[in-house]
Amino acid sequence: MNLLTRLVSVVVLLAAWQAAAQAAGSRLLPAPLTVATFIAEEAARGDLFHNVGVTLLRVAVSFGLAMVLGVLLGVALGRSKALNIALDTPLLVVLNTPALVITVLAYIWVGLNETAAILAVVLNKLPNVAVIVREGARELDPGLEEMARTYRFDRRTWIAHVLVPQLQPYVVAAARSGLSLAWKIVLVIELLGRPDGVGFAINFYFVQSTNVAAILGYSIVFMSVMIAIDILILQRLQAHVRRWR
Amino acid sequence: MSGAGAESPVLRVAIDRKVYHPASAEPVEAVRGLAFAVGAGEIVCLIGPSGAGKSTTLRILLGLDADYEGRVEPDPCADSARPGMVFQEPRLLPWRTVEQNVRLAMPRARRGRDLDALFAHLGLTPWRGRYPGALSLGMQRRVALARALADAPRLLVLDEPFVSLDDAAAASLRGLVVDTVDGLGMSVLMVTHNVAEAIAIADRLLLLSARPASLVAEVALDRPRHARDRAWAEATRAALAAAHPGVIAE
Repeated sequence: MNLLTRLVSVVVLLAAWQAAAQAAGSRLLPAPLTVATFIAEEAARGDLFHNVGVTLLRVAVSFGLAMVLGVLLGVALGRSKALNIALDTPLLVVLNTPALVITVLAYIWVGLNETAAILAVVLNKLPNVAVIVREGARELDPGLEEMARTYRFDRRTWIAHVLVPQLQPYVVAAARSGLSLAWKIVLVIELLGRPDGVGFAINFYFVQSTNVAAILGYSIVFMSVMIAIDILILQRLQAHVRRWR
Repeated sequence: MSGAGAESPVLRVAIDRKVYHPASAEPVEAVRGLAFAVGAGEIVCLIGPSGAGKSTTLRILLGLDADYEGRVEPDPCADSARPGMVFQEPRLLPWRTVEQNVRLAMPRARRGRDLDALFAHLGLTPWRGRYPGALSLGMQRRVALARALADAPRLLVLDEPFVSLDDAAAASLRGLVVDTVDGLGMSVLMVTHNVAEAIAIADRLLLLSARPASLVAEVALDRPRHARDRAWAEATRAALAAAHPGVIAE
C-alpha cells in the first residue's frame, strides 16, 4: 500500500511535468523523455558514470571525515564544559558562514585542488555533526553513569554498551541530514573549481548551451543515487539502532 | 545479632561530616556523625525522612563520592569492595537483553560463568533474551537484583527497592531478597522511608534524623522476617512512630 502510494505520486509528478513541457513547448523545459534520452546517451559515452563516480567519491570521503571528526568533537564538547565554552563561538561562526564563502576561501588559501575541495566540505559539515552529537553527549543518562561506575564498568564496556548506544540516534540523525547537505556542497565545490563531477557537468551544460535536459538529467541521476543510499543504508541503520524499542 | 555483626562486619561506616557546596547557595551539611556497621549475614535498614541524606550516604558507600570526612571500610573506591547494588530505578541498559545486562556488570573474567541457577531462582529464565522494555517494573527490578547478585558480593545494597510496585509484586520481590541472601549468607543494607517494609525484613533498623543525617536510634528486631505476624509488625511500627515522631511520619 505504502509502495503503491509512492508509485502513484511519482507517476503524477511525471504526468504533470509532461503536461507542463507540452504547454511550454520550449527547450528550456524539456519533456521527461528528452531528459531520459540525454541520460542514456551520456551513459553510453561513459561521461555520466565518470562524473557521478567522481562526485560520489568526493561525497564519501568528505562525509566520512566530517562524521568521524564531528562525532569526536561533539562528544568532547558534550562532556567538557570548559571546551564547550571555549569552542562555542568559533562553532557558531563556522555554522553561520555561507558554504560558498568557506569554499572560495579554501580554494584561494589551499589552491584549486582536491585537498581544498574535501577540506571545504568537511569544514561546512563538521560543525553540524558536532552540534547534533553534542546534544546527545549532554543527554547521557546520569542514572546509567552511576550504575556503570558502581559496577566498575571498564572503559571498553562503557564505550560499547553505555556511551555508543545513547549516541547512536544522534549520530544517525546527523548522518541523514548531513549526507544531503554534503552532496549539495560537493556540487557547488565542483562547479567552482573542479574539472569533473556532477557539479562540473551541470555548469558545463549551463554555460556552453543552456542545455536544460542535461542539467535535469544529471540532477535526477545523482538525486536517485543519494535517495537510494538513504533508503538502502541509512534508514535500515536507523531501524537497526532502534530495534530494542 | 548486632553483637555478631560487630565481630566481623562486612561494612563499617563512620562519616564524620559531608558538606555540599552548591555553586549559587550556602553550603549544605548533609551528614554529621553517622556511624554504623553491617555484620555478616545481617539485614540492616536505614530509615529516615526524605531529604535526610540517605542518598548522600549511599553515594559515599558506593564509591561515587569520595569528598567527605570520615572513614568507610572496606574502602568503597577499591574495585574489590564493589557491592551488589539495586538502585531505586532499575537502571538497566534498554538496548541490551536481560542476560547481557546481568553479564556486562560482572568483571570481564567472570562474564562467561554459568548463571542458569540465578535466572531460574529469580524466575527470569524465560526472559533472558528479551529487552528490558518488554518487562514490567517488577520484572525489571528482578533483573536489577540478578545483576546485583551475579558476582556473589558479600554485601547487597538496596535503595528503596520496592517503591512503586503493587503489594503483590513488592511482597514477592521481598520474599526473593530474603530467601536469596539467607541462602547465600550475604549481608544487606537497605535504604527506605517505608517503616512497615523495613520491619518486614530487617534484623536491625537504623533511624536517621533529618538533615544533617545522624543516627537517632538503633532498633534490633528478633528475626522478624520469619514471623509474618501482621499485628506484631503494626505494633512495632506504632511504637517506633510514637518514640520517634520526627523520623517516622504517618
